[in-house]
Formats: sequence, structure tokens, C-alpha cells
Amino acid sequence: MVRVSLPTRWLLRVLAVGYVFLLVAWPTGLLGYRTFENGTSNLLDTLQEPDVQSALALTGKVALVAILINLVFGVTISILLVRYEFPGKRLLSALIDLPLSVSPVVVGLSLVLVYNGRDGWFGPTLEDSANFPVIFHTPGLIMATTFVALPLVIREVVPVLHEIGDDQEQAARSLGANSRQTFWRITLPSIKWAVVYGVVLATARSVGEFGAVKVVSSNLRGKTQTATLMVENKYQNFQQDQAYAIAFLLVLVSIACLVVVALLRPKTEE
Amino acid sequence: MSTALPGATIDATGPASPGGRRPGRAKRSTPRNTLTGGAGLGLGISVLWFSLLVLLPLSAIVARAASGGWDNYLNVLQNDQTWAAIKLTVLTAAVVTLINIVMGTIIAWVLVRDRFWGKSILNVIIDVPFAMPTIVAGLVLLALYGPNSPLGLHWAFTEKSIYLAFAFVTLPFIVRTVQPVLEELDADVEEAAASLGAGRVTIFRRIILPSLFPAIIAGATLSFARAISEFGSLVLLSGSRPYETEVASVRMLSFIENGSYASASALASVLLAVALVVIVALDLIQRRVARRG
Repeated sequence: MVRVSLPTRWLLRVLAVGYVFLLVAWPTGLLGYRTFENGTSNLLDTLQEPDVQSALALTGKVALVAILINLVFGVTISILLVRYEFPGKRLLSALIDLPLSVSPVVVGLSLVLVYNGRDGWFGPTLEDSANFPVIFHTPGLIMATTFVALPLVIREVVPVLHEIGDDQEQAARSLGANSRQTFWRITLPSIKWAVVYGVVLATARSVGEFGAVKVVSSNLRGKTQTATLMVENKYQNFQQDQAYAIAFLLVLVSIACLVVVALLRPKTEE
Repeated sequence: MSTALPGATIDATGPASPGGRRPGRAKRSTPRNTLTGGAGLGLGISVLWFSLLVLLPLSAIVARAASGGWDNYLNVLQNDQTWAAIKLTVLTAAVVTLINIVMGTIIAWVLVRDRFWGKSILNVIIDVPFAMPTIVAGLVLLALYGPNSPLGLHWAFTEKSIYLAFAFVTLPFIVRTVQPVLEELDADVEEAAASLGAGRVTIFRRIILPSLFPAIIAGATLSFARAISEFGSLVLLSGSRPYETEVASVRMLSFIENGSYASASALASVLLAVALVVIVALDLIQRRVARRG
């Protein structure tokens, strides 16, 4: 490897570290500082508020349901894409990535156009006949969250499925295992870490979604206000300390996800 | 984390061996359809779910935008405020992408070739913008560049805040696309060039840069597409003043809140078209460079 002169190396190092420090590290650190400026009372008091508790509970509920849906469909679609041949497979695998390249506001708008109760494509039917309102209610929040986090599990599982091949599965089948036994005993254990990964990434995304949720939520406190929406609301109502406290909790979740990924990554690469 | 970057395509078209209960394996001549009964049912349900959740809603946007005809688009684009928002978004995203091309490549180089204390921390911090909720990203930037800035910088609610927000949310893209390529890069070639008398600048320009170029372009594409659709981090940070700090996504939201879905859909499809044009343009540049190299 060609050596770069010492001054150049230092210049590049300082540039890289300085840029990341000023743009990410310092601001994020300040968030923690502002949260605990007056001790832990700010965080604890904020957590005592019923509205905050219900917002956090709603975020947890919505994220959990969205992750479960994405887990089941993500694993199913990954196996279909890798192990089977069918017409339209390339198209499906290209379309799966769509949710990542669309603005969150567009995601919200698209769901509103189809599922709103007034003039949506399916909304009025669902609301009147099935009594199942979607937009401005929890199902809408779940749909928006599922939408934005949809590709994450699939992106992690598909490459691993390719890599492990299907020799073991065929062996299991030739020894008389049915497809359910093959899935639970052979396929799932070998893609376990990729699935965990995908779920962790989907968790970070689901807990933190803001734009899409904002469009489909009525933003009512205690009803459809998620934690991210509450951060905006609190900040704009000049309750900045509380906004910092909730934001701090959200950052904890996202950093925990990053740490889990960083710890798991080498294991799967071995 | 790097494999989770949006836009890097899922390769599901690779070697797929036939499932099913056929004896023997024909690698080349895979039949067009190897679905068994259960798998077919699974595919049907999955596609139905995917259509209801993603495909139908997205096509509803196209349908709503097109239902007004060209007048709808003209009305939206001729509105001064909307046009200002589009211009601001696209120009800022372009500048930030250029910044990312330089800074992202430097950071990736430092992460791969340099050795110093705290490098692994730097490596983890790069991913923070990726995992952090966007509304929190705005709040976090407000802490350092807002009214109570310890640096004395009052960039919130000015045009600078938009550069900040875009740079923050797009930081990981080029770093994470360039880093693996740089790791794989063969040092032999560089040493050969050096032994033949090439200077450092020449080696960088003629050997390192051409191999990194496809990755840089791929990262730039992702970064630009992410920036023009950014919303959450700007809500608190930019103040969204019309003509000055209002970006396209915020404009779209105000259309939605006023119930003018047709205008919102038109603006959404214009943004989508801009993203497509840039993706195609960058792809063409990459091909041209690859051909020359």
C-alpha cells in the first residue's frame, strides 16, 4: 500500500473527524446534556405525564405490530424470491425496494388517497360496511410504519439465503421431511442472524418514523399521537425540556439498535 | 449496517435452484415456474398484501395527479411558492451531494487506510443519522446550531439549516458505499504504479479514483434521492418560511393539510421525476467513465 505523507494523513484525519464531530457527535451529545441539565428530574417528570406514557405506549404498539407483519411477510417473500421461479419475479424484487426511495410524506399521501373515509378508493367501504376506519386511527399508523420499514428484513435475508444454498434443504426433503419441518429445522436456523438483523433495523425505523405517520395521524394526544409526533408538538408548544427528554429516549432506542447490529455483524460474517 | 442502505438492489435474480420435488438439478434450464401448492398460496397472499399496502397506494398518487391532466401540473408548477420550494430543494440537495462526494470519500479513506485511537467509534457514529428518527435529527441540530448555540451560530430558520439537515441525514450514504470498495482495492496495483515512478497524486487520480468512481456515483444517487425527499428533520429546524426555507416535502404536506390532494400528488410525481432524471444521468456518467477507463 502506498504511504501517504504524514501531513496529508493528519489533514484528512482532522477533516473527517472534525466534520463528523460537528455534524453528528456534538449535536447528539448536546441533546443528552440538555436532557440532564437539571439532573434526572426532567426525564422522570416527563415520564410521569399520562400523555407521554400513552404516546410511548402507542409507538411501542404500532412498532411491534409493524415489525411482526414485516417479519412474517419479509421471511416469506425472501424465501419465495430466492428458492422459487415464477413469472414476474424480477419485477417483484425490484418493486420491494420502492418504499426506501419514496418520501415519507408521499407514503402518507398514498395511503390517505386509498384508505381515507371520505373519498378514498377503499376507505368509505371499510369505514361504513366493516366499521374499520384506517386513516386518522391506529390501523393507519400501523400501515404507514409497515410501509416504510418493509424492505429492511428482506434485504438482510435474501443475500444470506443465496449464500447458504439449498443443499441442506434438499437433503432434508430427500430424507422425508415435509416443508414445514424443513423450514423450522433447516432454513430458519441458518438465516436466524439475518432475520434478527432485519428486525433490529426495522425496529429503529419503525420507532422513529415521523413524516408518513404525521400525514395519516389525527395527532390527538392520548389517541393517535406517537412519540415522534409528540416531540414536534412539545417543542412547538415551548415545552422544550420535555421534547428533549422524549427525543433522548428515542435516541437511546436507535443507538441501542446500532450497538446490537455492531455486535452481531462479525458473528454472521464468520 | 452498510448492506441496509436503501437503493442497493436486492439480487434475487442470481442462481436460484429449483425447489419443488423434481429429481436432479438442472442449473441452466430452470423452468419458469417452480411453485408448489403451498408456495403458490404464500406468493398469492404476499403479493396481495404488498399491493394493498404499497402498489395500489402509490398508483393512486399517479392516478390522482393524472386525473387533472396537464392543467393540474401547470397550476402546481406555475405557483411561485411551489416553484421556489422545488428550486430550493433540488439546488440544496445537489450542493449537499457534492459536499458528500468529497467528505464521504475522505471519511471512507480515513476509516479504511488510517489507524488512530477512536476509529471504531467514528465508524459507529457514521451510522447514527441512519438510525436516528428524523424529527430528533432536527432537534439535535437545533441544539448546536439553534437559538442557544454554544458555538454562537444561529443557523436555524435560515437557508443554512437546510444544508445542515440534508448533510446530516445523507452522511452515511457515500461513506458506506465507498468503504467496502476501498477495502477490497488491491494494494499491488498502487505499489506497481509507485515502483514505475508514479507520484501520489498520479496514483490517486489514475488508480484509486477510477476504481472508487462507481461506488461514489452510487452513493451520490442515494444521497440525492434521500435529500430531495427529506421532511422530518426540517420541521423544527428550518421554520419553513415560504420562498425562503420551505422545501418541497413541507409544501406537499401543506397541500395535503388543505385537502388539495391533486396538487400534492402532482408535486410528488414531479419530485419522483427529478429523482429519476438524476439517477439516469449519474448512471450515464458512470458508464461513460467506465468505458474510458
